Amino acid sequence: MTTNALLEVNNLTVEIPTRRGTLIPVNEVSFNIDRGEIVGVVGESGAGKSITGSAIIGLLDPPARIAGGSVTLQGKLISDMNENQLRDIRGKRIGTVFQDPLTSLDPLMSIGNQLSETAMAHLNIGRDQAREKALQALIDVGIPAAESRLDAYPHEFSGGMRQRVVIALALIGDPELIIADEPTTALDVSVQAQVLMLLKRLCKERNTGVMLITHDMGVIAETTDRVVVLYAGRVAEIGDTRQVLTAAIHPYTQGLVGATPNPTNLANSQERLNQIPGTMPGLLSMPAGCPFHPRCSEVMEVCKTTLPTLSQRENSTIACHLGAEAKT
Amino acid sequence: MFAYIIRRFFQGALVLGIVGFIAFSMFRFIGDPYENILGQDATVLDRQALEERLGLNKPIAIQYLKFLGNAMQGEFGVSYRNGIPVSEMIAQRLPATIELAIVSALFALFLGVLLGVYTAINRDGFLANFIMTTSLIGVSLPTFLIGILLIWVFAVELNVLPSFGRGETVEIWGWKTGLATASGLKSIILPAITLGLYQMTLVMRLVRSEMLEVLRTDYIRFARARGLTRRAINFGHALKNTLLPVITIIGIQLGQIIAFAIITETVFQWPGVGLLFINAVNFVDVPIMATYLLLVGSLFVVINLVVDLLYVVIDPRLRLDGTEAR
Amino acid sequence: MSDSRWLRWWQSDVMWSWRRSPVAIVSTAVFFALAFAAIFAPLVAPYTPFDPSSLNLMDGFTAPGETGMGSGNKYWLGTDDQGRDIFSAILYGMRLSLFIGVMAVTLAAILGISLGLIAGYFGGWIDAVIMRIADIQLTFPSILVAMLIFGVARGLTPPELRDQMAVWVLIISIGLSDWVQFARTVRSSAMVESRKEYVQAARLIGRSPMIILRKHLLPNVMSPVLVIATISLALAIILEATLSFLGVGAPPTKPSLGTLIRIGQDFLFAGEWWIILFPSLTLLVLALSVNLLGDWLRDVLNPKLR
Repeated sequence: MTTNALLEVNNLTVEIPTRRGTLIPVNEVSFNIDRGEIVGVVGESGAGKSITGSAIIGLLDPPARIAGGSVTLQGKLISDMNENQLRDIRGKRIGTVFQDPLTSLDPLMSIGNQLSETAMAHLNIGRDQAREKALQALIDVGIPAAESRLDAYPHEFSGGMRQRVVIALALIGDPELIIADEPTTALDVSVQAQVLMLLKRLCKERNTGVMLITHDMGVIAETTDRVVVLYAGRVAEIGDTRQVLTAAIHPYTQGLVGATPNPTNLANSQERLNQIPGTMPGLLSMPAGCPFHPRCSEVMEVCKTTLPTLSQRENSTIACHLGAEAKT
Repeated sequence: MFAYIIRRFFQGALVLGIVGFIAFSMFRFIGDPYENILGQDATVLDRQALEERLGLNKPIAIQYLKFLGNAMQGEFGVSYRNGIPVSEMIAQRLPATIELAIVSALFALFLGVLLGVYTAINRDGFLANFIMTTSLIGVSLPTFLIGILLIWVFAVELNVLPSFGRGETVEIWGWKTGLATASGLKSIILPAITLGLYQMTLVMRLVRSEMLEVLRTDYIRFARARGLTRRAINFGHALKNTLLPVITIIGIQLGQIIAFAIITETVFQWPGVGLLFINAVNFVDVPIMATYLLLVGSLFVVINLVVDLLYVVIDPRLRLDGTEAR
Repeated sequence: MSDSRWLRWWQSDVMWSWRRSPVAIVSTAVFFALAFAAIFAPLVAPYTPFDPSSLNLMDGFTAPGETGMGSGNKYWLGTDDQGRDIFSAILYGMRLSLFIGVMAVTLAAILGISLGLIAGYFGGWIDAVIMRIADIQLTFPSILVAMLIFGVARGLTPPELRDQMAVWVLIISIGLSDWVQFARTVRSSAMVESRKEYVQAARLIGRSPMIILRKHLLPNVMSPVLVIATISLALAIILEATLSFLGVGAPPTKPSLGTLIRIGQDFLFAGEWWIILFPSLTLLVLALSVNLLGDWLRDVLNPKLR
């Protein structure tokens, strides 16, 4: 894609050395995110979504480590930065929203203090200004009676409100990019949409790029501009959201889309949702060739021996042998 | 929260009631109270007079209430051994024990938290590993051996610190303190280290494991993702969350210090209540044993109450509704 | 044990990690060597130190490795003021220390497991009463509880029997001071277990509570109990030594390691360091080996237990 992308992830590979061999939860993953663009990263649990997110901001838990590839933010390489340099990236240029708002906040510090502490770490401002900034951040994320809630502690907020606070924390340093790791999974269904819309609105207003990690195709459909589909640590398909949802090419993506209930014909639909048979292979028992071939409905001989490479097909980039030979 | 404190208060009162009953039973049922007080040559008339005077012919419940009433007025009877009122003996020796306990508790707490945080943050460092290994030996080393070892090194071989006693004391507002004289300060060093070392290792190991646990939590990860400095994360977030569970244990440790003071006082011939108690156990001097039990019991109850209150102060989750999150 | 059972035991998870832990191997070896020497003290010890007729006062204060002035006997670890062989005294003392420790832990375990099972299985007011007692006792350090029980028991025994009864009084006071840990752990396991369907089913078909407790609940709590028992043994040995050192334990006529250290303390200033050093070292090595064993067991059987 374009070279002036906000975030460029190039052949990113993550290794976890274990006693029973080296695991590769993220394998040569590449994608870009532009300013103001919301990119969904989707896949089953264990596909490497969250690890990719952690690797970008250098928060991999040891012994996991980046073994290859690069991450650049606005042309600047950040994947080889040390902890001190990364501190100026985290929070200031890349904000993060974790899955569980119940555990993301320090239970013993008022949210006002957590907000102004973050603001002071990045914006070179004093205590009073930081407090004003914190108040404004709470108003921005739609916390009612924000002024009186500054001195409240996390346990005094509901789950949805807490996630709003987490979003406020992620945005307070005015980052160019937000990495949101399953931001609504732990929330009640009724507040999921509200929080997603809030995140979407704020980022569009500020022209902030978003990497939205999720396993929920419904969330992808409602929120994102583009989608990266991960399978077993590798990119299966990248494309515009509408393209992927309506005319997915990779059989795995088709399966994912087919496994999501379609609200328009839910009422008259008598048929069961399509399921992808089988489960994703474990990291220690990766099959030869295309990792998806044991579950693929359109498996060919070549799939069992050769790993498909990414190639441009219509509006998508996919890694699949299907239809590839017709093109070349 | 108010209800929580009240409930804790009543629990404390219940504990004290039970401790009091045990103390009372010791008085009443160990040995023959007549013989204990009057000696073996008492006449029947003497016995009757004593029975009348002490109310030993009244129902047990009445006797118990009378015992509690007396105890609240500081009236604990007379030592079987030398006939001096127990309250007097205790009052005379209490300052020595309290000073020793406080100095060693501060030593244990300060150094324990410091080393615990250090070993948690530098988990795989050489010095941290060395401290951890040494601490295991420290846990296996009985208090009295530590004391003997210190005496041997610093009093016998190097001859720099006294091996027994409190040194010179001065009286300040009716309190006989050894902390105001040079020889008193020198005298408290070895006993305080002896008494505090074990607690120090415990506090250290506890702080370390709690801190490691906290460092793994989501909010610490999130704090890192927010780009906070390591200092802010370790001391602003991790340490505060670590100290919460540690406070309870430290409360219990304070109780332990009082109990272990018995050993230290014996090793160093420190003239405190612990030494008094151990001699009482040896000679089955029931009034002193019972009084010591009551004293230590009330102290523990008070410590537990203070710990509960501290919890409320530190943990905002407890301020609103005291029942959860305990 | 037949060959295959022996092999299965050798290849079990516990033994697997035992073979890979040098600390575990060394501490097991040290502990069993000490225990062996203690059990067979009458055979291993070169002298009978507490038989007054065999003592030679002229041998008093013989330094380690020297020969006694009176008898011409050689003493590896020296003698005390009365010419008793320190090495033999340590063996007999360790025998007593281990005996008291093991018996006390057994008592604590039986008491704690029974009360814990009962509290966890029946719940309700029985549970409330038992656990409240445990809470109250836990407020008091075990050494204090043990001393009080010791003092009370001493008060209840006639003075002329006190020395004879001292060992049993020690066992009871240490045992009673240490049951709470067992009870708490067993209770929580029993509570979880008794809600499970197989126990409910056993209840429904009318099995008696005794059989359910013994057959279904007990086996499930054995591994944490083993860990606690090992750690308790180290604590019991130290506690016994402490009590004896303080003079409220084993009497000088039948000394344990703690009593020997108490005796030796008097001679430290005079320069007869061996009288106190060797019993102290023995106690330290004994306690350390059991402690390390307990630490290792805890890691293997139940990493969550702290």
